[in-house]
Amino acid sequence: MTSSMLFNITTFTYLISTVVFFAFLASKNKSLGLAGSFIAYAGLIVQTVAIALRWKESYDMGVGHAPMSNLYESIVFFSWTIVLLFAYIDMRYKYRIVGAFVVPFALLGMAWAQLGMNTGIEPLVPALQSNWLLYHVITCFLGYAAFAVACGISIMYLIKTAVEGNDSSAQAGGLMSLFPPLKVLDDLNYRSIMIGFPLLTLGIITGAAWANYAWGTYWSWDPKETWSLIVWFVYAAFLHARITKGWVGKRAAWLSVIGFAATIFCYLGVNLFLSGLHSYGSSKM
Amino acid sequence: MATTERNFTTIVWDLFCSLKLTLFLLISLALTSIIGTILPQGALPPEYVAQISPAKLQIYSKLGFFDMYHSWWFITLLYVFSLNLISCSIKRLPHVFKFISEPQLVLGEGQRNSFPLKRELSFSGSLEKAKEQVAQFLGKEFSSPVITEHNGEYHLFAQKTAWCRLGVYVVHLSILVIFVGAIIGSLAGYKGFVTIVEGSRINSFEGRSGQKIPLGFEVLCEKFSVEFYPTGAPKEFRSILTVTENGKPVPGFSQVKVIVNEPMTYKGITFYQSSYGQASEGSEHYISVTPRSGGTPEKLTVQEGVAVTLKDGTVFKLLEATQEVRQFAPGFSGPAARIEVTRKGAEPQTFIAFKNFPEVNAQRGDALIFGYEGTSAKQYTGLQVAKDPGVWVVWLGCTLMVIGLGIAFFMSHKRIWVVVTKGHARMYGNASKNQAAFQMQFEDISEKFHDIKI
Ligand code: HEM
Repeated sequence: MTSSMLFNITTFTYLISTVVFFAFLASKNKSLGLAGSFIAYAGLIVQTVAIALRWKESYDMGVGHAPMSNLYESIVFFSWTIVLLFAYIDMRYKYRIVGAFVVPFALLGMAWAQLGMNTGIEPLVPALQSNWLLYHVITCFLGYAAFAVACGISIMYLIKTAVEGNDSSAQAGGLMSLFPPLKVLDDLNYRSIMIGFPLLTLGIITGAAWANYAWGTYWSWDPKETWSLIVWFVYAAFLHARITKGWVGKRAAWLSVIGFAATIFCYLGVNLFLSGLHSYGSSKM
Repeated sequence: MATTERNFTTIVWDLFCSLKLTLFLLISLALTSIIGTILPQGALPPEYVAQISPAKLQIYSKLGFFDMYHSWWFITLLYVFSLNLISCSIKRLPHVFKFISEPQLVLGEGQRNSFPLKRELSFSGSLEKAKEQVAQFLGKEFSSPVITEHNGEYHLFAQKTAWCRLGVYVVHLSILVIFVGAIIGSLAGYKGFVTIVEGSRINSFEGRSGQKIPLGFEVLCEKFSVEFYPTGAPKEFRSILTVTENGKPVPGFSQVKVIVNEPMTYKGITFYQSSYGQASEGSEHYISVTPRSGGTPEKLTVQEGVAVTLKDGTVFKLLEATQEVRQFAPGFSGPAARIEVTRKGAEPQTFIAFKNFPEVNAQRGDALIFGYEGTSAKQYTGLQVAKDPGVWVVWLGCTLMVIGLGIAFFMSHKRIWVVVTKGHARMYGNASKNQAAFQMQFEDISEKFHDIKI
């Protein structure tokens, strides 16, 4: 059994979980919701094993390093953290339906990584040979995953306000009854960001510390750095919006969605469209 | 007159204290920051200048878009941001302190209805005895209460971690501390770059704006080398440096290995491995030319980019050379040169000649076999040089920020009131954060509360 086979199984499992969750949305059948969750958990376990195995494989190849050194490995880790956070929310708050809006993010990540990317284990170029890589990547991606969850929940919030705003009484027994109440969605959104924001802050700080250690500048307005700051500004705006009259609820939910869009751009867009110190895998020192 | 002045000051003050301004500033900073990630910053690459219209170029430069994070308007935004932060704190902190030091001991009639968390207990004993027992209970289960007599009722107030309401202000302070650290760094520190050719030493380096900055000591580059993985990807860039003062090596700073992610610091100045290259200026390369029909190889000594005409009229030019070809031609290693050969009356041909692979050189089925024999050129190492006395202030600010966020998000100010009247004790609870978690604690306490026998 190789890690790459297990990653394929993971992707497939998340696909099934997503389909089952969508069926749950359509049918409102509670046991489908339960099944969706359990399939996602099964995927999470397989993925955990796969990541550990890939780590070991890199040592067998003599280029041992934690599996977080390139775009492929980071996306795998990102998907893993999303499902992990979903599992936490699912067990803690019992709103299964959240899975229909969160697991697809993990599926998209895995599908793209497995189908569109070079999956080989590569040795670390000099720039990445540092323990800071691990601290930096883990904090950033835990933060990103929390924002993904917050985004899914905000989308639910926006759908629910849109539907109930038009026709509040008729929906009492409809699909919307599966959705948690607006107040709960708003609270879950806030809670996810309360986890994500400190982690992103730590991610930016560990990045700055590493840059200072390796290049002598903790901040150089490199596109990646700047975009992480933009994301940070957006979520700071979200936190203050919640305590400002006239900005609660819908606008806060929009800020959360925009924040995640900025996060995705920071993570992928910068690598694909802009250049800088972070272009993974470039031979730059 | 006095009133309009007063009005104006109030308006400005209110503006600077408003959270709407905060939102405006955060969103503006986020949006404007995008510009600098799309447009090139600093020295503009010629390709960019060639492709943009002159009018646009002029407007962008005027607006400071090419150095936007140091432009007057971006700095102004940051100043207004700091002012907003300071004014907000000045306005709110006294209230928060008052809130902590003079808690609300008595719960008004109207307020009581607004609490989601409440619990009632009926008793038949005396009011005094009930008060004592409830106070003891709170002291044991939560925290010691303050007891106030009010209109014939007893109000017992107990609280925990009231100070965590200051967490947000620690976060805000930390931002200002980071700014101070950055300002110290930009006033008292410097950044620059220096190249040192193997075997030579430098005593100054070039600052960001091109000025020469003396080090006060010398740095000698003993050796520079690159190591590769079998795949051809670079594994290690290594400079061996020695610090000397007055010509004598400094103890402990002799033959120091400097690699990426492992810099060297001497007297507060840090040297970071950053780039490398060949000091090609004026250096010579050696080329061998062997007729395929046999005979003695001819040795040429050439310079990069300079054309040489051979005896048979063939024009030869060395385009570029490297001492390690692996990263350009996987599967090969060692020195190699890219050369251009123009035989009489033919089109120019460009190919690579290797030092370690004469058989590959010979595979080109031409009348002449070209080989690369090396160079007199030396490698140089490129080092980033930096001194930043403000960096510790920045790390202090970052630490404060993380601690402040931890307090602000993961701790909460918990309060419990018990109003004891004849025959009834009513308990109310409130938390500044994480109501759900507090609710569980409150329910736990109120279960036990219910069981008190008075
Ligand atoms: C111009 C700048 C800023 C101003 C004027 C400002 C002002 C405020 C105010 C008045 C509060 C409410 C405090 C309360 O609950 O009584 C607050 C909360 C907060 N601020 Fe700021 N702030 C600014 C920038 C920032 C930034 C950049 C951050 C980023 C870390 C930040 C982090 C927070 C946090 C975490 C809270 C708590 C929010 C919550 O409890 O949900 N602030 N801010």
